[in-house]
Amino acid sequence: MIGIVEKIAEEQALVLSFALVGALMWLSALVSRRLTCGRIHASAIAIVAALALAWWGGVVSGGKKGLADIPAFAGLALMGGAMLRDFAIVATAFEVDVVEARKAGLLGIVALALGTIVPFVMGVIIAWSFGYRDAVSLTTLGAGAVTYIVGPVTGAALGAASPVIALSIAIGVLKAVLVMVATPMVARFIGLDNPRSAMAFGGLMGTVSGVAGGLAATDERLVPYGALTATFHTGIGCLFCPSLFFLIVSAIV
Amino acid sequence: MAIFGTALLALCTLLGVALGEGLGRLLHVKANVGGVGIAMLLLILAKIWLTRRGKLTPGMRLGVEFWAMMYIPIVVAMASQQNVLAAVEGGPMVLLTGVLVVATCFGLVGLLGRTTGGAR
Repeated sequence: MIGIVEKIAEEQALVLSFALVGALMWLSALVSRRLTCGRIHASAIAIVAALALAWWGGVVSGGKKGLADIPAFAGLALMGGAMLRDFAIVATAFEVDVVEARKAGLLGIVALALGTIVPFVMGVIIAWSFGYRDAVSLTTLGAGAVTYIVGPVTGAALGAASPVIALSIAIGVLKAVLVMVATPMVARFIGLDNPRSAMAFGGLMGTVSGVAGGLAATDERLVPYGALTATFHTGIGCLFCPSLFFLIVSAIV
Repeated sequence: MAIFGTALLALCTLLGVALGEGLGRLLHVKANVGGVGIAMLLLILAKIWLTRRGKLTPGMRLGVEFWAMMYIPIVVAMASQQNVLAAVEGGPMVLLTGVLVVATCFGLVGLLGRTTGGAR
């Protein structure tokens, strides 16, 4: 009996993850309707629940991939991996209103610039206040505040110490998690209810997973607009952090 | 046929990611520069072109829209494999940076949204 379950979990990993996520979404819809009278979006509950499960998975397995490190849930790594995530994000573009997107073009560029510079500067200042004084560590930690990809890419390019790179990843992951959880809560206060502000949001927040999760939990229709700008964020960060930003930081230090 | 839609989506994604990768090489960056964004623009262009020629069949639409609808479950699966433990246990510097950066950027979204709202 257990042999069959193990065999199926291994061979049907992706199919199993479809069933698991479906069950989680169904439960979330139930909680959303019954306990919150629909006030909290079912997707928001599902994403927070998934993050909590990821935390639990990390505790149980000691690995780095949350729930996906538990063998029975390995299929989640494929379903939620970068390949299918990007494929599905591109698909959402099918619903984009071209006129709206074009109108917000300049706003998106401003948001992208601010969304790279502001987190970087804040990250550097906070790292400085925690006692880091060398330009390489400061730049790597600042880059981590941009996204959790920019941090390690910058750190690797500059030859930062491994604990510093790990910290920069942690900063970026925390940023993504916070964006996922907090976006539906603050959406109303920051006017996040139209394609224009969604494009500004994507450019400023950057982290594709954070933006994707946060907007999905707030209003599905805004997802493509946020994703459109957010997808440029990591690339721009990887371009400027190890080069121009590093030169500026080392000139100041 | 639905597969034509999915194939179109795949083609746009592959082309976009390849162009993003090329752009990264050109700029000497170890990352994909806007690959997904380029792919989204390609898909939008393809949709406009197909609609104009009347070749966007309901089946084809379905092949793309299914994946657009699978987006949220995929994001949930993505959330379930984040390294939340490391993010939470990263210490005070990680916590402070994460919270301050996200709070500031939320504020900026509100500010940017408002300034453009006034110009409308």
